[in-house]
Amino acid sequence: MSAHRNPPGLKTLGMWLFVLSDMLTFSTLLVVYSALRFANPAWPRPFSLNPGILFATIMTIVLLASSLTMVWAVDAIKRDQRKRTVQWLGATILGGAAFIALHLMEWCHLLTVENITPASNPWNVPLFGAVFFGVTGLHMAHVAAGLVYLSVLAAGVSRGTFCVEDVETGGLYWHFVDVVWMFVFPLVYLMAVKP
Amino acid sequence: MTVFSTCHKVIGKQYIALSLFSVFIGIFLSLVMRYHLVHPDTKVKLFQLLWPDGAPGGQMTPELYLSLMTMHGTIMVFFVLTTTPQSGFGNYFLPLQIGAPDMAFPVLNMLSFWTTALSLLTLLAAFFVEGGAPLSGWTAYPPLSGLGKITGPGQGLGQDLWILSIALFCVASLMAAINFIVTIIELRAPGMGYFDMPLTCWGWFVTALISLFAFAVLLPGGVLLLLDRLAGTSFFIPGGLIVNDQVQTRSGGSPLLFQHLFWFFGHPEVYIAILPGMGLISTVLSVFSGKRVFGYKAMAIAMLAIGGLGFVVWGHHMFISGMSPYSSIAFSVLTLAVGVPSAVKTFNWLATLWGGRLRFTAAMHYALGFVSLFITGGITGLVLGQPGLDVYFHDTYFVVAHFHLIMGVAAVFAIFAGLHYWFPIMYGRFLNEQLGKLHFFLTFAGVYALFVPLHFAGFVGNPRRYPDFKEYEFLKSVMPLHIGVTHAAYFLAAVQLLFLFNYLWSKRRGALAPANPWGAATREWRND
Repeated sequence: MSAHRNPPGLKTLGMWLFVLSDMLTFSTLLVVYSALRFANPAWPRPFSLNPGILFATIMTIVLLASSLTMVWAVDAIKRDQRKRTVQWLGATILGGAAFIALHLMEWCHLLTVENITPASNPWNVPLFGAVFFGVTGLHMAHVAAGLVYLSVLAAGVSRGTFCVEDVETGGLYWHFVDVVWMFVFPLVYLMAVKP
Repeated sequence: MTVFSTCHKVIGKQYIALSLFSVFIGIFLSLVMRYHLVHPDTKVKLFQLLWPDGAPGGQMTPELYLSLMTMHGTIMVFFVLTTTPQSGFGNYFLPLQIGAPDMAFPVLNMLSFWTTALSLLTLLAAFFVEGGAPLSGWTAYPPLSGLGKITGPGQGLGQDLWILSIALFCVASLMAAINFIVTIIELRAPGMGYFDMPLTCWGWFVTALISLFAFAVLLPGGVLLLLDRLAGTSFFIPGGLIVNDQVQTRSGGSPLLFQHLFWFFGHPEVYIAILPGMGLISTVLSVFSGKRVFGYKAMAIAMLAIGGLGFVVWGHHMFISGMSPYSSIAFSVLTLAVGVPSAVKTFNWLATLWGGRLRFTAAMHYALGFVSLFITGGITGLVLGQPGLDVYFHDTYFVVAHFHLIMGVAAVFAIFAGLHYWFPIMYGRFLNEQLGKLHFFLTFAGVYALFVPLHFAGFVGNPRRYPDFKEYEFLKSVMPLHIGVTHAAYFLAAVQLLFLFNYLWSKRRGALAPANPWGAATREWRND
């Protein structure tokens, strides 16, 4: 509303501060994970390379690809190509949605076939599932929120109400969510590969 | 629409109104507790009326006492001490003082307030659900808070609502913190550097920085606790627990882990309550001494130092929780180091007064009262910061007296000073000065009469959070002291009605204030 009289960079700074604070939120979960893993020496390592890790790698590639399309969306809005921006944003949303779909498939597999739930698992270290679903769940919630955010952004860009900074700010959020996954993937998946 | 206003002045007043509502609930709960401590066997109709399950036949159960204590602490810490000095005064006066048109994100600002209001409603709802309010204190330590109904009547839905309320409060505070920081960094008037800002703005700035990091850790802590309760996880629940003769099946978690997460937030929270007050008091002392603040830069840096140190001292709340003595020493040294910037501030306040032409207005009285309370409450912090002494004093009334003086009452005195000082801007009228000074002297006397004796109860080893003392032979000697303290509490609460009257009356009928009546130099007085 009053955006026109504010100096540029307000929203960018706001998003950076959010990212900073959210980084601490994720760090908290990872610290909790490490503390609990140290406290439970018999921590299970159930993931096989194929299909477990392979599947998670595909998810990772899909999410990273959506970061690339986001970069192109920002690039397009900077050249004032609004239609192209909306297309790239659409591709990013598609990537995020695919990530969530794959992730949910994986969750279903773990819950129903491998009997790993938030409260129990075959190795009697219930915290394994609690940490796994807790960390990936919080990340998935961020991706889901990102989908809503990017949709609003795409709608605003096509109507012409959003400008370069809005798209850049959305990009900042999306890349942050990707970076978080780059910590989750090795710590939660790779460190639980079958020995 | 004024209800969902995005104007920073309206939002500031909304926050203050929310606190004013909360503080009287908090005071009422404390009076009920104080009454029960000295009349543990008296049946009271009112209690039965208010809490039919908690006080059958008017006889208060220990569980009801604990739930009142939990709600008193939570309401006072979050909805009074965190709300008015930062969000109330900050929203109203920060943009005015730095020459900004409004806060950086007005809509976000409106959302922060209404999320806070929703959080308060969620908390109060805990009184009305089955089992009533939770029993686990404002710190909500597991396993008590993590196992559900089996651990007590309020530990069912009441505790769920409590956690939900705190999570909402975290979200609201994070939004507010982002708003404050962006406003200060980006919207200062042209030519105004960071070290040209009034110290009040420094107080709000450092507090917002602390909030940004502290609430970001409490939020996941609360969410994990909620998962333990609702999803059957055991992040904070150790194995082999037997509760009320029932073996618990959870295993592997660590209650200590929750304490770490909670106090990583909890200690900075103390500074969230007091730093805005420090900034405000610096301004008030300077205006009514007719001098600039002594050592302005040192004052600003001291606030940054207090804020930074606040994040590395949380372990001093856990000396007896089973911490390595080596960690205790490290936390102790860092804790005592907080005394250095605190002393810088205190001496600079005194130096600001030195040689000044003092004007003893009501606001000045409260500011001097703040300095007094900051010293008396702060000195005992140095006592509790040492593991050897804390092992004895931990969970006694000594701790209760310490944090009420420094965190509770000192911050409240800053609120009184701020309201008297800024009332002319907020309502165009003065709060009545004579009534204000009378209220100051009575409150000041009441506060010391209430809290100084509690230190002595702590010396005797009187534990806190006990619903009555009559079972304990060694506490017979402190009963007369508790009777005195309870009377001081009645007196102190009654005196607050003076202030409420002054506030409501002066808003409509107070003496009209001219522009800049105090002769202050900061920007907020230049407007109009």
